[in-house]
Amino acid sequence: MLTIEKLHAGVDNKTILKGVDLRINAGEVHAIMGPNGSGKSTLAHILAGRNGYEVSEGSVEYLGENLLDLEVEERAHRGLFLAMQYPVELPGVNNMTFLRESMNAIRKARGEQEIDAVSFMKLVRAKAKQVKLDEKLLKRAVNTGFSGGEKKRNEILQMAMLEPRLAILDETDSGLDIDALRIVADGVNRLRSKQRALLVVTHYQRLLDYIRPDFVHVLAAGRIIRSGGKELALELEEKGYGWLLEEAVA
Amino acid sequence: MALSDSSVDGIIAGGYSEGFVTHIESDTLPPGLDESVIRTISSLKAEPEWMLERRLQAYRHWQGLEEPGWAQIRHPAIDFQSISYYSSPRKKPQLESLDEVDPELLATYEKLGIPLDEQKALAGVAVDAVFDSVSVATTFRETLAEAGVIFCSMSEAIREYPELVQTYMGSVVPYKDNYFAALNSAVFSDGTFVYIPKGVTCPMELSTYFRINEALTGQFERTLIIAEESSQVSYLEGCTAPMRDENQLHAAVVELVAMADAKIKYSTVQNWYPGDSEGRGGIYNFVTKRGDCRGDRSHISWTQVETGSAVTWKYPSCILRGDDSVGEFYSVAVTKGHQQADTGTKMIHIGSNSRSTILSKGISAMQGSNAYRGLVRIAAKAENARNHTQCDSLLIGDRCAAHTFPYIEVKNPSAQVEHEATTSKVSEDQLFYCRQRGLSEEDAVSMIINGFCKEVFNELPMEFAVEAQKLLAVSLEGAVG
Ligand SMILES: Nc1ncnc2c1ncn2[C@@H]1O[C@H](COP(=O)(O)OP(=O)(O)OP(=O)(O)O)[C@@H](O)[C@H]1O
Ligand SMILES: [Mg+2]
Repeated sequence: MLTIEKLHAGVDNKTILKGVDLRINAGEVHAIMGPNGSGKSTLAHILAGRNGYEVSEGSVEYLGENLLDLEVEERAHRGLFLAMQYPVELPGVNNMTFLRESMNAIRKARGEQEIDAVSFMKLVRAKAKQVKLDEKLLKRAVNTGFSGGEKKRNEILQMAMLEPRLAILDETDSGLDIDALRIVADGVNRLRSKQRALLVVTHYQRLLDYIRPDFVHVLAAGRIIRSGGKELALELEEKGYGWLLEEAVA
Repeated sequence: MALSDSSVDGIIAGGYSEGFVTHIESDTLPPGLDESVIRTISSLKAEPEWMLERRLQAYRHWQGLEEPGWAQIRHPAIDFQSISYYSSPRKKPQLESLDEVDPELLATYEKLGIPLDEQKALAGVAVDAVFDSVSVATTFRETLAEAGVIFCSMSEAIREYPELVQTYMGSVVPYKDNYFAALNSAVFSDGTFVYIPKGVTCPMELSTYFRINEALTGQFERTLIIAEESSQVSYLEGCTAPMRDENQLHAAVVELVAMADAKIKYSTVQNWYPGDSEGRGGIYNFVTKRGDCRGDRSHISWTQVETGSAVTWKYPSCILRGDDSVGEFYSVAVTKGHQQADTGTKMIHIGSNSRSTILSKGISAMQGSNAYRGLVRIAAKAENARNHTQCDSLLIGDRCAAHTFPYIEVKNPSAQVEHEATTSKVSEDQLFYCRQRGLSEEDAVSMIINGFCKEVFNELPMEFAVEAQKLLAVSLEGAVG
């Protein structure tokens, strides 16, 4: 589904990614861990197509296309979803309207019918319940004045509504209480299917207990320096990243 | 809201005999302004002597004035002697075909979904139109007449209702008020007159679209709306479609009078030609709009969405004379390209317990410059007056500018005056977020902007609100990045 090869990228002449290789097949769940500032969000942003990053080398293929050639919204139309580390506030834009516009924009781009108002309402109510998002938040402006946890939950709601092919979650678990953590994990698990894949960026083993990823990768010094099963996360929890970095340098 | 087919056809055919159009069969006067020009205007309009006297008085006063220079706007000096102060509606310069019209203007018409014939009318292209809808206007007139509402051109009112005009015209905006008001009082071309009798709620929204000569005599418009005790009226002015106009200078005067328990709601959507991409040829719009809440518990509400003109200078105001009177000002002003706007409002509290609300939303894009200028004055005898002002600016890109000039004068210690101001930007983060959720950049911008303006749009009559939203989206297209 997604093949990243030798990806080098940076911003403002500062190289952040120095040869990332990663292959994700449909049906798989991958976790990326790594020290602060190692480039996890950068990778997520580049996959989503955010302006301001320069790719100097390497390639990214997604569902048979060169992902890097596509506009941000074209990637979204092809089922790529990014739950952001810092969800953005949109003052005055009604949360529900935003969701509906988003769904319909994606449907339209795919040549599908727009969702009618009644079906939409039903769906959004059901999904909001699943992610335990207070209905009051649906009527408020997108993320505006939401608490940190509410913002993250709102991201999960959007993900549940849009049912992406490839969902990238950038630290969606950070700053969440234990219950919210479960909700994020449930959201991910519900989405799991043979057709979809998920890439979860996290600092915590805790989330992986619930999600049980197929693969765990460590991104450090701009590269994936170790990949393994979920036991790797346990090992990291215990020993930190230092030993891996030393090995990588050696 | 675009002009309806029928009213446009009416403009073209020019044969609307039922009193909506003033019958004047004259050529355009040569450029220049002196007393003889004013005499000519007055006689062409077959005005009574008192009207001529008023015009001359205003003209003599204007001659002693200097054009104000305090506003946050820059434009080449206006040569008042190079302007023609009277042109016959029928002699409006016409183009041969749409090919001669600024292509960007045409593209805008397309986006607003304006039918071809209407596009031609707006752009000033000759059309062979058959006018077949006299009945629409007649029905409309009959309904109003049954309610006792007078709705006609100012020229007609001067002839038919001289006592009303003599009593009220200039009673809210005297000719001495300011430079442009003096000029307008001397040379006003035509405009709208509305009278709502005591206790009557006007049975329909009054709109300039029904007043077909409006489109042709917009240069020095004069509007007067009188709402007698316990009456109500909602008046819509303007048009979402940008109109091409040979007259670069517009200096209108609008006067509203609300007696006890009366309510006037005045909504404007203004989208005059802002000029080409270099800023050439745009309209200069210098307007004096003022409402007088003369009676107790009277209520005047201004709502405006301004996206057009090269230069806008406009402060719809309320004089809250009556006790418990209410003044409101809701505004969205957009400036992009080389547009400049200096707008705002004045709320003059005289009556006790008078209340006012100001909600101003300024949007600047590209090199646009937007200034809010607001005055809240609480007179010494205004007990317990209250004002709330919210003044928000939204910047798109980093070459544009927003300025806020709030003036507050409080002479009564029981007053409560609140002022809040915010400035925000449409950020890269917001656009990325929206696009990641599948929206195009343009849809994202229009969504963010509509969110920003929502509280003002809520004040517009329903269809107008929808049009205004569309208008905003179209006028800010390409303004990002
Ligand atoms: N726009 C930018 N300008 C300059 N430096 C940047 C920019 N964006 C990212 N960086 C730098 O790139 C490095 C990687 O940042 P990134 O956000 O990808 O890290 P991360 O792995 O997600 O870290 P965290 O775990 O703290 O979220 C950091 O050193 C960061 O300061
Ligand atoms: Mg990060």
